[in-house]
Amino acid sequence: MRTWTMALALALTGWLAQPAAAQTLINGAGATFPYPIYSKWFDEYTKVDPEVRFNYQSIGSGGGIKQVTARTVDFGASDGPMTDAQLKQAPAELFHIPTVLGADVATYNLPGSPKLKFTPDVLAEIFLGKITKWNDPRIVAINAGVSLPDQPIIVVHRSDGSGTTYIWVDYLSKVSPEWEKKVGRGTSVNWPVGLGGKGNEGVTGQVKNTPGALGYVELAYAVKNKLPVASIKNAAGKFVEPTIQTTTAAAAAASKNMPADFRVSLTNPPGDDAYPIASFTWLLVYRDQPNEVKGRALVKFLWWMSHEGQGYADDLLYAPLPTAVVKQIEAKIKEITYQGKPLVAAR
Amino acid sequence: MASVIAREPGRALGPGSAPAVFAQVAPRNTGDRILRTVLRAAGLSLVLLVTAMVVEMVYRSLPAMRAFGFAFLVTSTWDPVAEQFGAVPFLYGTLLSSFLALLIAVPLGVGAAIYLAEIAPVWVRTPVAFLVELVAAVPSVVYGLWGIFVLAPLLRTWVQPALGATLGFLPFFAGPAYGVSMLAAGIILAIMVVPFITAVGREVLLAVPNTQREAALALGATRWEATRMAVLRYGRSGLIGAVLLGLGRALGETMAVTMVIGNRPEVAISLFAPGYTMASVIANEFTEATSDLYLSALIEIGLLLFLVTVVVNALARLLVWSVGGAVKVGRD
Repeated sequence: MRTWTMALALALTGWLAQPAAAQTLINGAGATFPYPIYSKWFDEYTKVDPEVRFNYQSIGSGGGIKQVTARTVDFGASDGPMTDAQLKQAPAELFHIPTVLGADVATYNLPGSPKLKFTPDVLAEIFLGKITKWNDPRIVAINAGVSLPDQPIIVVHRSDGSGTTYIWVDYLSKVSPEWEKKVGRGTSVNWPVGLGGKGNEGVTGQVKNTPGALGYVELAYAVKNKLPVASIKNAAGKFVEPTIQTTTAAAAAASKNMPADFRVSLTNPPGDDAYPIASFTWLLVYRDQPNEVKGRALVKFLWWMSHEGQGYADDLLYAPLPTAVVKQIEAKIKEITYQGKPLVAAR
Repeated sequence: MASVIAREPGRALGPGSAPAVFAQVAPRNTGDRILRTVLRAAGLSLVLLVTAMVVEMVYRSLPAMRAFGFAFLVTSTWDPVAEQFGAVPFLYGTLLSSFLALLIAVPLGVGAAIYLAEIAPVWVRTPVAFLVELVAAVPSVVYGLWGIFVLAPLLRTWVQPALGATLGFLPFFAGPAYGVSMLAAGIILAIMVVPFITAVGREVLLAVPNTQREAALALGATRWEATRMAVLRYGRSGLIGAVLLGLGRALGETMAVTMVIGNRPEVAISLFAPGYTMASVIANEFTEATSDLYLSALIEIGLLLFLVTVVVNALARLLVWSVGGAVKVGRD
């Protein structure tokens, strides 16, 4: 009996003492959309560097921006780039570091789940409430051979504020001047028509249960749930199906004109095989790190994430960064400093 | 006869009178003094909590109050992009969905409570009462998912077309059937509220002393008359407390409603149309509300929800007083 207690006590003290050995805890908060891959990364990264632990709260992009601005976390994460006004509110210069890409897809409920095609203007008109029937001549014209019912189109959108919505309406704003003027861009907007579903699962549930429904969800969610998805005509005039490859292609096409701060909208990019409704998701880190140990660990992680880490993207249905963008990110990571001194030695 | 029985109860339950005795006597020993201090702190902490909530909400909604003023309460545009905010659709949705819920849940819940307390054979009472309490503990997200996948399709394919065909001439049952609607929200709230009303109502009725029933029966009342005049009148305040508890849940319920109401900020007469509630819009948009004014408008919605709850409760109490003297509202 006594030996048991002794052993237990010893084991306990050993277990308690171990992590106390100079471990660095890095706190982050923000976007929910990349949470699955972030948690995978943070978990895998403990094998690369056992000294560092990450703690990430997926509280939403808005919360991530607020917390990193208030310096209550070491890094933030956001699905939409911070606005100039928001950057000005931050106490110091913030970098946007792209991590992976996501895409929005149009999914629908029609008898037989036919493969549909949409042009940008038809999609915008549907979401503006101007095309209201599935057998509208303009939908029929681009979907030769598909029998479309004489049924009202029931638009389903996200009711909760989300990066997914931002990407969708950002695209509609780019392809439709009327949408830009009437509705505009945001994580929540004043929808001209439609029903709101909470989360990807809410939208999917409503689309699945409502004949004639048309909604948008994340690519990963649509693939996992085997939802019918539409091809969209891109800026090069080609109909492109949403896949991980075509999403990465969207970023590759945009990398030629990449702004130095990565705050770029990837929707409607050039490129023959680019899927047009895609976006980066970003980590937000301070250019000059306030803590040397944490700063060094964070920079090391960013480097790992943009190289080895990208290998985990496919399995979790995120699109990895194209090589051209990784090169640009390398340069950015080298600019991160502690008291003016770079934290990464040039490799 | 009825009045004699109904006016008598005060002494048996008499929750309002006893403590006054303690309050008049000064505490004489240390134990009493400590007890008094501790209890006073407990009581005051509640007041403090509510005050702190109100102060914080008012303070944080000041930017929205300054920007929109009274217009916030009378306009119905909700446009986060243009930063135009009006609370009418949410106010309307919260009140209407809760009203619908009570319309369905009160007869059902009180009926079930009467059955369980007065009529049901003993071998039925315990298991059913246990089940009712079990149902009250189901998390609301489960109701919400059930709402999306079962209730909404059911409403769309059967209930709404049937209502439209028979009562379609009324504006409440007009328009296309989507399934998700104000009606769906009302029904799901009713389902969530019934167990509360039944469970509390049953306890209230069981607390009615048997002498009440015996007196009524001895005076020649039928079973129904005895229940109505001796039991229900005696337990009225408690029953209303049970309903208010249900109403409180209906007003504040978020998840289940969000999943079936359609989340469309519009004021529609038809119960088939999608709507929106105050709790839903806060839950939906709070996490991603990045601009200060937007956040402030959402907090003002929260303040409004708080005020609505207070006003609705106050009105309910007034109603109770007006129907029969000073009756205590609460869980006796």
